[in-house]
Amino acid sequence: MLSNFQLLVDFPATNVQLLLDGLMIGGIFALAAYGLALVWGVMNVKNLAQGEFVIMGGYIAFFMYRDLGINPLWALPVAGIVMFGIGWLLYGLVIRWVIGRDLFTSLLATFGMAIVISQLLNLVFGPDVQTANSGLGTRLFLGSVTIQEIRVVSLVVAGGLALMVILFMKNSRMGQAIRATAQDPRAAKIMGIDTDRVYAFTYSLNAAICGVAGVLISMIWVIQPFYGIAHSIRSFVIVVAAGLGNLPGVIVSALGLGVLEQYGGFGFGTEFQQAIVVGLLVLVLVIRQIMQARHRQVVQ
Amino acid sequence: MKYINKFAGMALGMAALSVAAAAPASAKVEGDTIVLGSAISLTGKYSTNGVHAQNGYELAVKRINEMGGVKVGGKSYKLKVVYYDDESTPARGAQLAERLIKQDGVKYMLGPYSSGMTKAIAPVSEKYRIPMVEAEGASRSLFTQGYKYLFAVLSTSEQYLASSIGLAAEIAEKNGKKPSEVKVALAFENDPFSQDVRAGVLDDAKKYNMKIVIDDKLPRDLSDMSTTLTKVRAVKPDLLVVSGHSKGAATAARQLKDMQIDVPMVAITHCEAADIIGKYGAESTEGILCPTQWAETLSYEDNYFGTAAEFDALFKKTYPTYNTVPYQAAQASAAVLVWKDAFERANTFDPDKVRDAIAATDMQTFYGGIKFAAEGNNIAKPMVLRQIQDGGYNVVAPSKWASSEVRWPRKPPMN
Amino acid sequence: MSISRRTLGLYGGIAIASLVAPFVFDTYISQLTVLWVMVLFAITWDAMGGQMGYNSLGNIFFFGAGMYISAVVQIGLHYDVAQYTAAYGAIKVDFTQAQYHVGLVLGTIVAALGSVVLAVVLSWVVFGLRGPYFAIGTLGIALAAGELVGAWEYVGAGSGISLPVFPGEPEVGERFFYFAFFIAAVLSFFFFRWLYGTRFGLAINAIRDDEEKAEAMGIRTMRYKTITWALSAFFLGICGSLFGNYNIFIEPLEVAFATVVFGIPMVVMALLGGKGTLWGPVIGAILYHVIKEATWKYFLGWQWVALGLLIVVTVVFFQQGIMGWAQDKWPELFGIEVEEDSAEGDREAA
Repeated sequence: MLSNFQLLVDFPATNVQLLLDGLMIGGIFALAAYGLALVWGVMNVKNLAQGEFVIMGGYIAFFMYRDLGINPLWALPVAGIVMFGIGWLLYGLVIRWVIGRDLFTSLLATFGMAIVISQLLNLVFGPDVQTANSGLGTRLFLGSVTIQEIRVVSLVVAGGLALMVILFMKNSRMGQAIRATAQDPRAAKIMGIDTDRVYAFTYSLNAAICGVAGVLISMIWVIQPFYGIAHSIRSFVIVVAAGLGNLPGVIVSALGLGVLEQYGGFGFGTEFQQAIVVGLLVLVLVIRQIMQARHRQVVQ
Repeated sequence: MKYINKFAGMALGMAALSVAAAAPASAKVEGDTIVLGSAISLTGKYSTNGVHAQNGYELAVKRINEMGGVKVGGKSYKLKVVYYDDESTPARGAQLAERLIKQDGVKYMLGPYSSGMTKAIAPVSEKYRIPMVEAEGASRSLFTQGYKYLFAVLSTSEQYLASSIGLAAEIAEKNGKKPSEVKVALAFENDPFSQDVRAGVLDDAKKYNMKIVIDDKLPRDLSDMSTTLTKVRAVKPDLLVVSGHSKGAATAARQLKDMQIDVPMVAITHCEAADIIGKYGAESTEGILCPTQWAETLSYEDNYFGTAAEFDALFKKTYPTYNTVPYQAAQASAAVLVWKDAFERANTFDPDKVRDAIAATDMQTFYGGIKFAAEGNNIAKPMVLRQIQDGGYNVVAPSKWASSEVRWPRKPPMN
Repeated sequence: MSISRRTLGLYGGIAIASLVAPFVFDTYISQLTVLWVMVLFAITWDAMGGQMGYNSLGNIFFFGAGMYISAVVQIGLHYDVAQYTAAYGAIKVDFTQAQYHVGLVLGTIVAALGSVVLAVVLSWVVFGLRGPYFAIGTLGIALAAGELVGAWEYVGAGSGISLPVFPGEPEVGERFFYFAFFIAAVLSFFFFRWLYGTRFGLAINAIRDDEEKAEAMGIRTMRYKTITWALSAFFLGICGSLFGNYNIFIEPLEVAFATVVFGIPMVVMALLGGKGTLWGPVIGAILYHVIKEATWKYFLGWQWVALGLLIVVTVVFFQQGIMGWAQDKWPELFGIEVEEDSAEGDREAA
């Protein structure tokens, strides 16, 4: 284990590689995490099916790639649109009845949804790991650092999408309605905002963002019907660490988590990559708690 | 469209299975049918390979029944298999084995898929003194516990990569290097099978005094191993060994290509099951070494299926969705052949006598020779090592079966 | 608490049915055995989630911890654990009858106590968390435990451990475990039944209803929460130890810390039957188990889709559970109705 960390000193280029890989994958984590922050902040729903939405997006890309022979990059808009529809459907069927209930309800209900989604994916696509190939190449830097073009594309897409969402929230009527509802649903309702539609839209937007993230994941990593939970946990770590309604915070923690996972996996072995994420979740919660307790004391 | 068909197929299959499951408890021999039982992964994570195995069982049963069935005491019996779905979790395996034995009165068992599941089930069949011929559990830990009713037709896991270590030593010597100078990088999934493969590789490497420079474990839900490969790039091993079922093969092959990792020798298990050539193309998988239990090009033969190649053809004809026949299916068929052979030699249905007949098995099959050691593992069949060459799998070791020269060094996969 | 004749008859009936069941329905003994495991899961979860209002998603942690603690004790008494758990099965082991039973009893005791210790230690961490953070935090602990044990070579890492097999006739072994789980479940039922009737029960109910007020009234909430969690852990530790031995092969992610297979269903069972009631978890567990086995048998491949839907429907549309529903529907008859309901449920399963 120590010798692994020694490698970082002996081969400085590995640091560059780990940093770049971490930042670029972190950009994708940021998407799903931002979606979660949105749903959590606006609707007070803790969506444990977040990772399953990501994986669903991945399978849309895989389906287009393998069965229709289309470059999976085209799946980016397609997955966004399809997942938006699925989000709307799930909102009508389940989430609608969860809003305003206690928080535990949303956790368990979405966990149930997650099980159903992953099992259905398994029935349709089988349990094998799958990938989609973008056909983009790899570039070599500094003699021993590789950057896959698809990772760069991912970062750009993630950044672009985030920007679009921000502009949408700021300028469009729906965006303003969403923000108003987040601040005070009752007041928003009185002002004539159809909060039910706002919620449906928010949830669907989240599903769409996750779908896009999933398409990117399927071109960089591998996907499998049961891999959703890892992505869900990541989103929770990031959002809990950043706090709600804090987009810069979400981006920073997502990139940080990406880098940390890479370094952790390098230092302790790949098998710890997931243990690190989960461990971090507990740690972040505890730290938050301590900070809140301190805050309470100060207020008192 | 394809999925709709699949759905219809599944629905039919389920209907058939539920009817079978709802049938009254069957005895060991019903009328003229001998009932074998198997708890196997029909749903969940391992279901692809579980279904491969099930297809293998079914094909052999069909074939044997067509060829006159099993002759015991001058009478001809048909074979039938009762399946239970273990949902790919060992928390259910033991219970299901118990149900097969108690509720369905099964007296003869076929194995589940994966070493973990076999580890969960073997103690139960042992407890009830029900012989089990298994085809998918390779971990040596199954054969050190003194089980008397467990027999495996496949080679144990330490043999999977032994020949690739031998090959690395050979090549080193050819290049004027000492085998002890060979640097080996290991990446193994954290499961009973892969970890036993790893133990075998460590033993072999020790024999040559090779240096282990990386020894990483891969998680069960592997989706990214770029950190391990970054390490590989830094320390430049002479041999990289990866084992992690299908997902390990798929992930390793993808990221080797994407990160342009340049290692002269790469060995990965489960290449065929993951279909890495189909996924990533011939060029980027060129030169990867893949150990296999069985290959359709080997010159094995028997009276039921003919040669290995004929089995291959029959299997594809029976199950048209297969492009290549996974060895998981072939060894499952072989396990059924062992049962037939043992019943006929025992000439009785007494489980203990049949068990003794199985222990005395010494036969040639399309899958290779089958002869069990006292511990229950098959010692009459070698593993073979194939290399991906120009988009095909060619046997390169051991030399007795080799159809082509090993290509070394492996060129870095450029794209 | 006065025990009416009717109640006595009910308990007697259930007791007789449970005692006779493994002999009459001999072939279904493995389903019946697991039924008691499920009942135990639901009862212990309800102590936390139903009675105290702390919805833990990570109680499975103690099940897994108990399983592993017991395994290490049982093996460690006679062999070197690291050698025993080596991936290639370095040594062959043989346990005599006496060794087995002493190991099992000792292992179970240590597992129960070890789980209590773990609960007390973890209580410092988790009880700082409120509401959804508590649920997420406990879920995180269960998942992390699975990953960490899976990386720990000493206990066999991902290769798991094969535990010694029950010596003697397999039929005897099966009944042994049936009654072991039955006794464990019954003990926990009566223990918690008694507990809910005491001041302690009132205190944890008060915590559920309004923790701040409870604290203001002088209830040392932290102490009550810790003790309740430790009690859950105690019974889950026993259950884990027994289940490990029953299942023979244990493994971190799919058997011991199996969040999807056992961890979440615990909660669902309690909700389905009606959380915060005495009989609710028991009824819920029975129903869940029957549904699971039936879907497994008749809708193979779709069983987990069905169970997922069951979770969603229960949580979203039927959270008051069967008992809550009965309470709403026949408030005046309540009490009598409960008993008949549960008796029926039990007979069905038997």
